[in-house]
Amino acid sequence: MSVSEENRTKVLDRVRDALGVHAPDMWREVNVRHRLVTHPSGTIPARSLGNHEACLALFSGMLASQGANFARVHDPEGVVKAIAGYLTDLELPTELRISEEPVLVTLPWLLAPRLKQVYGAPSPSDKVGLSRAIVGAAETGTLFLVSGAGNPTSLNFLPETHIVLVDAGDVVGSYEAAWDRLRGLYGEGTLPRTVNWISGPSRTADIEQTIIRGAHGPKRLAVVILDG
Amino acid sequence: MVALALDLKANAAKALADTELQRALLNVKRGFVTKRAEAKARLPEFDRLRDEARAIKLHTLSHLDLYLEYYERKVAESGGHVHYAPTAEDAREIILKLCRDAGAKLVTKGKSMVSEEIGLNVCLEGAGIEAVETDLGEYIAQMRHEAPSHLIAPIIHLNKETIAGDFRRAHAGLAPGRTLASAADLVAEARAVLRQKFLAADVGITGANLLIAETGTSVVVTNEGNADLTQSLPKTHIVIASIEKLVPTLEDSCTILRLLARSGTGQEITTYTTFSTGPRREGDADGPRDYHVVLLDNGRSEMLGGTFNDMLACIRCGACLNHCPVYATIGGHAYGSLYTGPMGAVLTPALVGIDHARDLPNASSLCGRCEDVCPVRIPLPSMLRAWRERDFARGNPTFLERTALKLWAYATKRPRLYHALSGATMKVLAALAGRSGRLKRLPFAGAWTQSRDLPAPQGKTFHQLYAKRTRG
Repeated sequence: MSVSEENRTKVLDRVRDALGVHAPDMWREVNVRHRLVTHPSGTIPARSLGNHEACLALFSGMLASQGANFARVHDPEGVVKAIAGYLTDLELPTELRISEEPVLVTLPWLLAPRLKQVYGAPSPSDKVGLSRAIVGAAETGTLFLVSGAGNPTSLNFLPETHIVLVDAGDVVGSYEAAWDRLRGLYGEGTLPRTVNWISGPSRTADIEQTIIRGAHGPKRLAVVILDG
Repeated sequence: MVALALDLKANAAKALADTELQRALLNVKRGFVTKRAEAKARLPEFDRLRDEARAIKLHTLSHLDLYLEYYERKVAESGGHVHYAPTAEDAREIILKLCRDAGAKLVTKGKSMVSEEIGLNVCLEGAGIEAVETDLGEYIAQMRHEAPSHLIAPIIHLNKETIAGDFRRAHAGLAPGRTLASAADLVAEARAVLRQKFLAADVGITGANLLIAETGTSVVVTNEGNADLTQSLPKTHIVIASIEKLVPTLEDSCTILRLLARSGTGQEITTYTTFSTGPRREGDADGPRDYHVVLLDNGRSEMLGGTFNDMLACIRCGACLNHCPVYATIGGHAYGSLYTGPMGAVLTPALVGIDHARDLPNASSLCGRCEDVCPVRIPLPSMLRAWRERDFARGNPTFLERTALKLWAYATKRPRLYHALSGATMKVLAALAGRSGRLKRLPFAGAWTQSRDLPAPQGKTFHQLYAKRTRG
């Protein structure tokens, strides 16, 4: 037996000894399998069980309370205008590093000629990043971003300003409802390499419990909800 | 290392005299305690979630062998590797080998108590590998060669002026005249310095708040985003986690995540909660090429199924520290152990043996606030009592302690004697106190009366009052 197999056997044997398991026990195995296959939900907070409009209101309210900006627009033109307006108002750089999500690539960028779009993996000098959230959970204003071919995870963390587009139809109430969406897309028991829950700009309170934004990740998070 | 310098009594005296520490500890009360209460009030389901979280953890622990096997299989399916480490030494060896195989010169680290427990940084640096803590608090603690003094706020004991001094020493290459007056200045400087480390690192090591069997996923929460830069940029991502971090499903993780931040910092949710499953997939734009999980036992399997089983349900939120009157008075370092506060006083003796940590369970008034706020309802006071019983049974207490306890036991078993003694003691104390009603000094309790007066008992004893009322 190799050292790593020995270590494995040692730990698992100790665990079984401590639990008093000395032979395979069908009922224990059935118990575990059942739970893994049915993955039952616990209590879901009532606040996230409202209708879709209530969920959108909760989602925006939670985001705002966590220090994110948000805009609700009704067409792709509105998305571009909201982004341009946000960057201009805060006098931020107008070059955007954009993940290669079709929805983002096909936005009518010509409407905002001052904005420059750069696609592909982010570089450390990028100042503004734009990504798409695959789903949002209203209960705490939490965006779900997934890794993938056009979606570098580091884009969510390197730039100082992070803008995230989410479709209003992708805003659900609870975390559980959001996971169900992902199960629908990736299959049972399977996740993309990285799922990032993002619920505001990066922050730290390590020094005297004073909250400072932009510890390591983005200093600003702006969310555009496309409702149309 | 779990035990640093277990000399609680001497440390406590020093902590009480440390005005900087005392000023800093006020922040715990002002911040975390109030914010947790507010977060709880905003979520009516909070207490029901606590019951459910407890049930999830206890179910997982009682089926831990099966969930470990399933988890391991799912990690392998996603292209990752699981390594079991029976002891801290095994874990260090495994991680060192993985770092060497990756040709690592620089390792960035997310905050991990388990990494502190196994003494990983010393091991890596001994092998010529630079290990950089990236959580701001841990970075500062590392700079000062100190252990974290709090589970989730590692440098809660420091003021910003002290930190500014540390930065001037550690970042000697930067302009000496720069301003480091505010917390924002300090954060900005650390951000710039650490950004370069993130970009240059060969290996990223993070802990895990949860491991999910259903999908073979490790979960890490931060507010800073440091764990994400740690794990998404280097070629290799190593997760170090203890075996009890497992939960069965994504749904179970939701229940626990609803409690974790609310209990700890009073936030609705941490800014970042990251679910990692294996290395980068084909076609992925970025992410690590290799993904390893090191599962540490280091004494935990011995706690399973026994008196201290429930301690393995701990999710390391820090609520018991924040609400503990002892922690609030002496801070984390005085405990002389890595894990501090009530959870540390129960866990540490289990990991290092009660003979080496007997002061910890004794440093408690058993007021019970820790159990009241624990998100998984760990019966911490009764576990502290269980340690005291074991300590007594092993003959550790001094002759004086043992004699006092024996005399007490003798009296309490004889109600008439007890009532006569307590009645007499009351009268004597009241007479000693005189008109002021306060005692400035008390025989055998000099240490207690050194810093405060004892109000003298007044009127009658409880039993006298009880007897009178039931008669009347």
